[in-house]
Amino acid sequence: MFTVLRCVIYRDLLLASRRWADVLTALVFFVIVVSLFPLGVGPEPNLLRTIAPGVIWVAALLASMLSLTRMFAADYADGTLEQMLLSAAPLGAIVAAKIVAHWLVTGLLVVLIAPVLALQFDLHQPLLGTLTLSLLLGTPVLSMIGAIGAALTLGLRGGGALLSLLVLPLYVPVLIIGAGSVDMVAAGLGAEAHFLLLAALLVVAAAFAPWAVAAALRISAE
Amino acid sequence: MRGRRRLFGGLNFALRGGDLLRVTGANGSGKTSLLRILCGLLSPVCGRVRWHGGDIRWMREEYWRQLLYIGHAHAVKEELTALENLVVSCTLVGVNVSREQALEALSRLGLAGYEALPVKILSRGQQRRVALARLFLSEKIPLWILDEPFDALDAGAMDYVRLLIAQHLARGGAVVLTTHQEIRIENPQVQCINLDSRVT
Amino acid sequence: MMYVTPENTTAGRDRFVGHSSWFRYSSPQTFFPLAGKLAPWFAVAALLLAAAGLYLGFFVAPTDSQQGEAYRIIFIHVPAAWMSMFIYVVMTFWAGICLTFNTRLSGMMASALAPTGALFTFIALWSGSLWGKPTWGAWWVWDARLTSELILLFLYFGFMALQGAIDDPRRADKAGAVLALTGVINIPIIYFSVQWWNTLHQGASVSLKSAPTMAATMFAGIIVMVLALWMYSIAVSLMRVRSIILERERDSQWVAEYASGQT
Repeated sequence: MFTVLRCVIYRDLLLASRRWADVLTALVFFVIVVSLFPLGVGPEPNLLRTIAPGVIWVAALLASMLSLTRMFAADYADGTLEQMLLSAAPLGAIVAAKIVAHWLVTGLLVVLIAPVLALQFDLHQPLLGTLTLSLLLGTPVLSMIGAIGAALTLGLRGGGALLSLLVLPLYVPVLIIGAGSVDMVAAGLGAEAHFLLLAALLVVAAAFAPWAVAAALRISAE
Repeated sequence: MRGRRRLFGGLNFALRGGDLLRVTGANGSGKTSLLRILCGLLSPVCGRVRWHGGDIRWMREEYWRQLLYIGHAHAVKEELTALENLVVSCTLVGVNVSREQALEALSRLGLAGYEALPVKILSRGQQRRVALARLFLSEKIPLWILDEPFDALDAGAMDYVRLLIAQHLARGGAVVLTTHQEIRIENPQVQCINLDSRVT
Repeated sequence: MMYVTPENTTAGRDRFVGHSSWFRYSSPQTFFPLAGKLAPWFAVAALLLAAAGLYLGFFVAPTDSQQGEAYRIIFIHVPAAWMSMFIYVVMTFWAGICLTFNTRLSGMMASALAPTGALFTFIALWSGSLWGKPTWGAWWVWDARLTSELILLFLYFGFMALQGAIDDPRRADKAGAVLALTGVINIPIIYFSVQWWNTLHQGASVSLKSAPTMAATMFAGIIVMVLALWMYSIAVSLMRVRSIILERERDSQWVAEYASGQT
């Protein structure tokens, strides 16, 4: 089974590397959204520092939503998804591998760029570290929940908007906890509870999402 | 059923090692749907498919390990090279192939020299051959389900695919296929199902 | 060796025919007349209970010491909120049945429940907002319970939108079922949010374990309204599921006979 999983991750990363434009679109979108806020709300440092975690988190959310359709749509269109459904390895495992590969080229890049962007908002340590850690824990959850939405809306018209509507209610708790962790640290309180919650969400999502996605894929491919 | 239309019903057949099942019917009569039901991708409104006594719905991966399905779509990624595509699709089914074996398969289907090229620059017939190259590497997989395998192939490639199928049947494998072409395979155990007469 | 066999035709699906009287109703065809007969009873019950509940709430229950008359909206707000959560759980139950047993009627039932659930969620949010203005001074606050109730509304909308976007009814049922099951985690969050987070919305005054901390008539009024809304949901869902059955099965013999019998 692990050969298959390694193969799937390698395949997806290879595909991402040959279609740089798609990967960069979501990332550039993230950077643009974050950079627009100081222009929109004015340069007052205190205000920017307060809104920074929320803005960066929302931008990460939106970038994630933007990249979700990429997960399965191409495979569905050219028939390779069918082959995955007929694979000798459990579909849940294959799905998990695809989600990991997707996160590596979306969520991980967001986590790496976010601290740099946060400097625009005059965010310093320890807030910077808290923000990065919250994103590191939260973006995989976003990828996993988003995968469920992507699998359910495969091939449907109105895809992108419908997908956003479906995943939005499920994203909100992650957003609240993630952005809240930075606010906690800014207020002088510890953010351990928030990180524990995020970690718990990560574990629960990792346990259940692959199977939900697998079920959704089979339903969509029928 | 497709939409509100009942495609076919009342099918009852058994396929043994060495059998070739040919499904015919006009366009839209449900040939692809039947093949997908046999694969387990589609669930029939009622009825059961059994493999070696077990219902395929519960056997899942165990069944799919013994199944090779080449569908209507080419199932190749355009951005990957022919070689990469072949290795990936074989690995997915649990067949571990070495680079040399994959290269040999591609050259048997007349794609020598094209292995390192991205599939999107190949012609449709060549893309089909990349998809069919799996047949050469799937000796150990007992059941082959092929949807219009000869589609877009030239005469030489068609002959070679016929040869592969005949060899597979001789080894005791079973093949289900749909095609508009005449199958000139020397095999007395050919069953034929025509879906046009099954709509009630 | 591969065998393909048909089971006995359309009746084959209703495997339990003749084995047990209750399972007989798992077929849309047999459930249709049953739903038709039951719905009016539930509707009448809903009307009577609603009348009783509103009477209790607006005339009998005493004035609240702190909030005055404005609190009376509790008799709409709390029952609607409870029912919004309860209906989602029931919907998830039918969704689970649909996925596990691959039956048609359970999927139809889940689809029939969703609009009512969404309606109650909306009423809960809107009535809460009307209540919040005089008491908290704001139409809306982003506290845990309100936010999760709003999430619930979006879950209902998402469910209905997803089913609306899929043409094939079987795929729509199953896709909606997966979505509903994924979102069910929100229900305990709504319920326990007032315990877990110290926010503005008041804590639970009614629990299954201890006696309620409010006046007896207020409590009675709320319970009666809950029952009224429950009866209403059942009546409306039964009628809605009848429409769904007619629409899905419109090509079958019995629907044609029913339609010609009606005209």
